[in-house]
Order: sequence, then structure tokens, then C-alpha cells
Amino acid sequence: MSLFFIVALPFFGALLPGLMNSAGRSACAGVTFTVSLAAFFGLLTNLPSVLAGEMVTARVDWMPSLGLNFTLMLDGLGFFFAFLILGIGLLIIAYARHYLSRSDNMGEFFTYLLLFQGAMVGIVLSDNILLLLVFWELTSLSSFLLIGYWKHLPEGRQGARMALAVTGMGGLAMIGGMLILGQIAGSYDLSVILQNRDLIQADPLYVPALILILLGCFTKSAQFPFHFWLPHAMAAPTPVSAYLHSATMVKAGIFLMARMWPVLSGTPEWFMIVTTAGLVTMVLGAVIALFKHDLKALLAFSTVSHLGLITMLLGTGTAFGAMAAVFHILNHATFKAALFMSAGIIDHEAHTRDIRRLGGLRTLMPVTFVIATLAALSMAGIPLLNGFLSKEMMLEETTHTVSFGAPWLVPVMATVGSLFSAAYCFRLIGHVFLGPVRDDYPARPHDPGAGMWLPPAILVVLVVVIGIAPFLAEPFVKLVTASLLGIEGEVPKAYFKIWHGLVPALFMSIIATVGGLLVLAIFHPALRVWETTPRPEAKVIFEAIVETAAHLARRLILGLHNGAFTRYAVIGSIAIIAAGFHAWSTGTVAAPTRAPQAAGPVPTAGWLMLVVATVGLVVMHRNRFLSLILIGIVGLMVSIGFVFLSAPDLAMTQFTVEVVTIILLLLALNFLPKRTPVESSVLRRVRDAGVAVAGGLATFGLAYHYLLRGAVTAPISEFHLANSYKGGGGTNVVNVILVDFRGFDTYGEIIVLGIAALLIYALTETLLNGPVRARLLNREPDEVRAGDMHPMMMVVLTRVIMPVVLMVGFYIFLRGHNEPGGGFIAGLIVSIAVVMQYMASGFAWTSARLKYPYHGVIGAGVLVAGFTGIGSWFVGKPFLTSDFTYVRIPPFEKFELATAALFDLGVFLSVVGAVMLSLESFSRLARRAQVPDSEHPMDIDPSREDPAIEGAGSIREGV
Amino acid sequence: MEMLVASAIGIMTAGGIYLVLRLRTFPVILGISLLTYAVNVFLFASGRLTIGAPPVLRDSMSSYTDPLPQALVLTAIVISFGMTAVVVMIGLGAFLGSNDDHVDDQPTGLEDQAEGKS
Repeated sequence: MSLFFIVALPFFGALLPGLMNSAGRSACAGVTFTVSLAAFFGLLTNLPSVLAGEMVTARVDWMPSLGLNFTLMLDGLGFFFAFLILGIGLLIIAYARHYLSRSDNMGEFFTYLLLFQGAMVGIVLSDNILLLLVFWELTSLSSFLLIGYWKHLPEGRQGARMALAVTGMGGLAMIGGMLILGQIAGSYDLSVILQNRDLIQADPLYVPALILILLGCFTKSAQFPFHFWLPHAMAAPTPVSAYLHSATMVKAGIFLMARMWPVLSGTPEWFMIVTTAGLVTMVLGAVIALFKHDLKALLAFSTVSHLGLITMLLGTGTAFGAMAAVFHILNHATFKAALFMSAGIIDHEAHTRDIRRLGGLRTLMPVTFVIATLAALSMAGIPLLNGFLSKEMMLEETTHTVSFGAPWLVPVMATVGSLFSAAYCFRLIGHVFLGPVRDDYPARPHDPGAGMWLPPAILVVLVVVIGIAPFLAEPFVKLVTASLLGIEGEVPKAYFKIWHGLVPALFMSIIATVGGLLVLAIFHPALRVWETTPRPEAKVIFEAIVETAAHLARRLILGLHNGAFTRYAVIGSIAIIAAGFHAWSTGTVAAPTRAPQAAGPVPTAGWLMLVVATVGLVVMHRNRFLSLILIGIVGLMVSIGFVFLSAPDLAMTQFTVEVVTIILLLLALNFLPKRTPVESSVLRRVRDAGVAVAGGLATFGLAYHYLLRGAVTAPISEFHLANSYKGGGGTNVVNVILVDFRGFDTYGEIIVLGIAALLIYALTETLLNGPVRARLLNREPDEVRAGDMHPMMMVVLTRVIMPVVLMVGFYIFLRGHNEPGGGFIAGLIVSIAVVMQYMASGFAWTSARLKYPYHGVIGAGVLVAGFTGIGSWFVGKPFLTSDFTYVRIPPFEKFELATAALFDLGVFLSVVGAVMLSLESFSRLARRAQVPDSEHPMDIDPSREDPAIEGAGSIREGV
Repeated sequence: MEMLVASAIGIMTAGGIYLVLRLRTFPVILGISLLTYAVNVFLFASGRLTIGAPPVLRDSMSSYTDPLPQALVLTAIVISFGMTAVVVMIGLGAFLGSNDDHVDDQPTGLEDQAEGKS
């Protein structure tokens, strides 16, 4: 199966559990299991190639310009991890089916689980480090959802937040490290990076890259000093703990260290950082684990300790250490998942996982006892179980490792770690299962159904089989080690066997086991000492840091962002003016190249009107109706200026937009106060005037400057002018640019316009459904109402004029390609025709005659334009390639048919829909506020004898 | 001619900025509209000023004004209508919801402060 499918299956499969939720819990788990199983089999189909030492790859270029490609590869190491993720995933799914109670939303759980699974598989199969980072972050997010699955538990939420904060920060650091690495190697493909060891290690940026990447690995794999999040993540449901914290998420950091091993390891920096962190984590985790009373907390710290062990082995930088690490990853995944599931069983059946309240479960839960004991003994490193083998290899490796110049340091530390490790394993067995049967369990413990004990049992079988017959696992481990070491490394010859003779490792093992038993014997006095020693509490420190950071952020943000819009506007204006002034004063100014054109009396008169209206608007802005009229004059003058300056299309657009804008503002002003009160001090007004004058002078200077100078390079519009008729089939170049040359821009713009209109509609709906509704209903009009709401003269006039206006709109639309006009302008004209009906005959009357809702009109417009664009695909041309032809149908003249006209139709429809939807939304507010208007278009109508209401039921809301 | 257009741009900008710095929504919206005019004319003027040569191809004509700024400004005018409508709606919604048409956040009451802290 293609690698793409293996990665994609869990992601797509994640949609299914939610859908199957109502089909029952078994169906939900079943479909999840099937998805995982399919991915698992897909992985297995690639096994022969992997065994043959080939590298399976799959590649799709995603963003080649960024070096980000969807490249997957499968080698021994990737196969090993993917096998663990999918294989243990299957067991976890089966287990979770029986673990989750009826009140848990199973679909949600399995959706998160599959998302997580897909992200994990993505990490281990990525061949591109940027892609790997994407999956890396996805695991952080999906694990956040999984850990916080029990949203009602504060511990769950806190634990999830802490895990996300720590691993997310590590992920950020790692992005930096990976980018540096990619820059050094010149490629973001792992296969390339892995072959550039010397280049990378010689680079001065090697150490920063190493530290950043290790930060990512250490946070993810809970290495000291980032180990504290893992125990808090135990608030998750046990299947999550078993999955994330035995086999998968915490192994992601380990995986990455292993993956990067060929290029990053072997330097003193790598050795110092990785070995030390691993060693400290291993000992610290083991000691803390011994004194934990919560079964899952004990296992969590033991996981921390074992991850430290693996990290330390990778840190040694030797081939034997790497092989031991691989073997221990396998062994740890088997026994730790089994132990977590056993802990879950105990919690599920005894309703507690506090070790102090347990004991004597041996006879009550014999099956669980066998499973947990075998797994725990393996973890303790007892012979004939798999944990023993890899622990021996680890101890063997430490005897050759010299740290801080002391050959005894690492072996002694490793022995101490193993000693405590053995001690907590024995405690787990001794204090939970052995001892007398008690009579105060919160619930009567008993063995669960096979659905719950079978998954851990399968793992324990593996524990025993590998432990007794290590040669079975040997070829596989060596294969994985070979791919970990890369092309240059050589797999050690050492055989996996139980008896190596009287080697130092054996004595260290014996010391650890015997010492572990001794520690357990003095456990209670030791516990008292432990409890009286003060220790730094990681959670308190973490929360203090978070609180401090939040406090600083709040002070910074509230100081800068205090909700005073005017302040931002002042700061923004001054900053822009200052930047412009700086550019002006430091740049060079060329001499004018264009002679100023003389201005006749008419333009001067128009200019004067514009200036007077603007100044009047500023001076008299407190009278809001007057200011509306004045701004109308400004808009009118701007339109006339467009006509004068050879821009007929602009003039028509500006003019029609002006009409609808004023109507819109009038509709709003209906509700707003009619006067603006005097609030700002004189000083403040002087300040604002100063800023305004400075801004005005700046734009004046800039505009005047370039109006007198020609373009520096030939404008691209020369191309448009030259090709408008030949290529676009139209003589109105502006329209051809809109619907043809820059059609994609226009397409985006009509979509934006549609979104704006829908936003207005949505806001109106929200207002009308909220408390504003009541306020509107009780609102008293603040102006005297006109007695004649729908004057007969106006009704008659608008009806007569309607077809004429529509005809004009139609004409403007049709001629748009060759003469000033087009979809935008026609759309505005038609909108005005409709608005006139609303104004004259009333909302209800017009809405009742409305055939299509405006949303639909917008949608149709965007679709028509879009399908016109897509149409060019069918002839093998890019999106929105236009075509035209001339046809002649007697008796008409020859005329042109262009696909651009179809596109313009889309523009037309979108504009009509958007403008009408906006205005209609405003009117709906007004309708709520006042007495519903009568169904009759005219208040006084001589032809209507009977004032009875007719057909009231047929009136529809205009939505 | 150039002087007239440039000074019109400058005056509309100045008026627009002054009104944007007012404290109530309605003058601010008018100010934004004024600024829109100024910006549109400014962009349009970047094609330089030509009288009597609209970019509609004619056999009798040899030179035309620059059509590209016109096309860009045309869509800008329509889009600015959409934007104005949204801003007006937001301002109106805020006024209807709180009976207050200030653009700046007003000094918060006790409830608001408690909300800000949680």
C-alpha cells in the first residue's frame, strides 16, 4: 500500500467514529479498529521491501519553492515505530471499547485517537523535516485533546494545558533548529540531510541547531528538566496514558533523536547534553516513582526514568548503545503498555488506584495479577523476560562510557537508577497484589472481561517470548539499528542472549535487584524521610512562570491596546506621516517632466464646490443630516471630476455608489442621534486639526509631486491598450481589464463584496434575535413621522420608471465591453431601481414580490463567474481564460459573443445581491422598530374601495 | 489642473483624518468615506491626468489615458461601499445594543472589570 494511504487513513478515518456514534459503542470502536487495521496491514505490505533493505518512498511536491514537499519514506526505523504505533494502537482501541463508560462520548474519543495516530505515523514516515514539523505539532494538538478528554475534571484540563505548553514550546524551538539544519544542508529532505554529517557538524550553527532540536525532543520525551508534564498528563483516561505514554507520543522525541543520530551524534556536545540529561532523568524518575502512591503516577515516573535510559543510550553515540536503545524501545513499549492497561483494569474494577488502599489482589484478580507481575518483573530486569536483556545491554554500555572524566560515574548512576527501578517494580507487585486481602476496597475487585485483559495479555506474551528466545527479535532489532546508524555505521556483531558469562553488567544487575528488594524492605521509614524532605514542586514553579508571563503580557497589551480607537488612529496617522517624511527628506527629487495643464473656469468651479463642501462638512459635522448632504456633494464632485479626467466608467460607478451609500447612511441615521455633542476639549481639537493638516499636506505634496512627473518605466497598461481588442475582444479597456486581464482579481472582489453583505445580514440577524429586538420594538421614533408614508405620486412614478431604469441597466451591461459600462455599474443601477420600490411602496409590498432571495443572487453571481472561469479548463486553458467570437443572426447586425460577458454577468449578479442584501438588512431593523407597514403600496388609493386586508397570509418576509 | 486635483486630495485627506479622530461613530464613518474619496482619487491620479482621452478604443484616436488605475479604482469604489456598509452596521449594532455611540471604550463598570480579569 502506498505510504500516502497509511498516513492518510487515520486522518480520514477520524471522520467516521463521530458519525458512528449513534450506531452504538461497538460500532464506533469497530470502525476505528478497522481503520487502524487497514493502515496496519498497509504497513505490513511494505515489510518485504523493508526487510530487503530498500527504502520505500512516496513523493508529491507541495510547495517546492519553500522546500516543503509531501515526501514520505519508510526504512527500518520508520517501520519499527509505525509498527509500534499502529500495533499497540489496535490493542488500545480494543481495550478502550471496554474501558470507557457509557457516559463518555466514544465517537469523540476515537476521533481524537485516530487524529493522534495519523500524526504519529506521519512523524515517523516523513522524509521532509518541514512536513515532520507539521505532524509534530499535530501530535501536540491531538494529545492535548486526548489528555483533556475528561473535560469535567480540572486535573485533566490542567494536565492537558501543561502538556501543550511544554511540548508546544519545545516544538517551537525545534522549528528553529530544523530550519537551521535545512539551511546548512541546503535541503529539507531528510534523506539529503542524513548524508551531510561532516558538513553539518563543521558548521558554526551546529550547536544552536542541536540545542534547539534537543529542546523539542526533550520536552516531548519528558527529559529532565521538562519531565514534570508527563505525570500531570495522567489525568487522561488510562487508554490514552497507555498509548501516548508508553509507545507513541513520548517516543516521538526518542524517534527524532534516533532519526537524527547519524548527523547529530558523536560530537562532545551531543554526548554531554544527551547523556547527562538522560542519566539525570533516569535516576530522578526512578527515585520519585518509588514514592508515588498513585499507580499511574508511579508508572508515569517510571516511564520518565526509562525514557531517560533510552536517551542516555542514544547519547553515548556508539553503535552498541544505539542497538541497546532500539531494543529497549521495543521492550519498554511492550511491558509499559501492559502495565498501564493493568493499572486501568485495577482502577476500573477496584475504583481506586491508590496503592495504599490496595493489596492482596492476587487472589481476587488472578489474571490481572499474572499479567501485571510478568510485565513489572520485566521492567525490573529479571532474567527470562525481555526487560532483562536490554537492561543488561544498557549496563554493559555504561561500563565503557566515561563522563566528566570519571569512568565510574555513569555505571554507578546507572546501577542506582536500576536499583530504584527494581524497587518500584517490586513495590508495585508487593503492595498491590501480595499481602493480605483487605475488606475496605471501594469496590469489590474482580477480573474484567476478556476485552480488557486480552490486549495486555498479548503484550505480555511478547514480553515472555522475547525474554526466553531473544534470537527471535535479534534480526529485526539489528535491521532497525542498521537504518538508524545510516550508511556509515556498522551494526555491532554482539548476539542477544541471556547468559553472557560473568561480565560486569551481571554484577551490576545483581546489585540492582538485591538492592531493590532491600529498599522495599525499608520502604516505610524511607517514605517518612522522603515526605519530610522539602522538594521543589514542578507544577507550582510552572504555574508561577505561566502566571508571571500572563501578567507581563496583560500589562503590555492593556497598556498599548486600551480600546481607544482615536488613540490608535492618531498614532497610526503620525507614524505614517513620519515615515513618509523620512522617505521624502532622505530621497532624491527629480525635476518635473510634465508641464502643468491649465485649469479652465469650469474645473475651478467644481474644485471650489468640493473644497467648500469638505470644509463645511468638517465645520458642521455635528449636524448629521447636513453633513450627509455635504458629503453627497463631495461625492458628486468627485464623479464629475472623473468624467472630466477621461474616466467615464469611474464616474458612473462613483455616482451610483454615492446613491446607495447615502440611502444606507440615512437608514442608519434613522436610529442614531441626529446631532453629535461637543465632547473633546479645544486643545484636543487643535491637536487633531494639526494631525489632519499634516496628513493633508503630506498627501497633497505626494500627489502634486508625481502628477508633474512621468512614469519612471513604461506602464504595463500599454500592454492592455494594445491587446484589449485583439485579445479581449473589447474596446472599453477598463472593462476588459476587469473581466479579462485581471479577471481573477475581480473574482476575488465580488466574493469579498458578497462576504461583506452576508456579514451585514448575519449581524442583523444577531441583533434581531438578541436583547436589541425588545429595545427596537419599544423604541419611540425621535423624529416626527411623515403622515403619508407611501405617497401616491412617488409610488406611481417609481413604478413607471422601473422598467426604464431596468432597461438602462440592461443597456449599460450589454455595452460594457465596448463602451463605458459593465457589470459593476449595471448592478448598481438595477439595485437603485429595486431600492426605489422599497422606498416608495414599502418593505412588505416589495418583499412579497421578490422572487429570489438576495443570498441566492450573490451565490449565483459568484458561481456564474466561477464556472465561466472553470469553463476554460475544458479546453486546456488556465482558469478564467476568455474567448470571443462574432456571430451574425439576420436581420441583426454582426455582434460579439464573449465568455467575458458571462463573467460580467456573475459580477452583475453579485453586486445586485450584495447591495440589496445590505440595504434590506438595514431596513429590517427599521421594520422591527415601527408599526408594520400596510400591505397596500399607497396609503391613499382611490381605486381601493374596501380597506379590508386581502391576502395577508401570502406576504412573505424578504429573506 | 494638477494643482487642483492634488489640493483636492490633500483637503479631503485632512478633513477625513480630522473626522476619523472624532469620538462618535457617525462622524468617524463620514471621515472614512472622505478618506476613501481621497485615496481613490489619489490612486486614479497615479495614471496622470489626461483630459478628453478615455480608454475606449477609437480609430480616430492615437493616445489614451492609463486604463489600469481606473480599473483598480472601479473595484475599490464598489468594495468601499461594502466596507462602509459593514462599518455602519457594526456602529449601529453597538449603538442599539448599548445606547452609546462612542468609538472608544468607555470607562468600564464593575462587571466589565471582573470579566476582564477572569
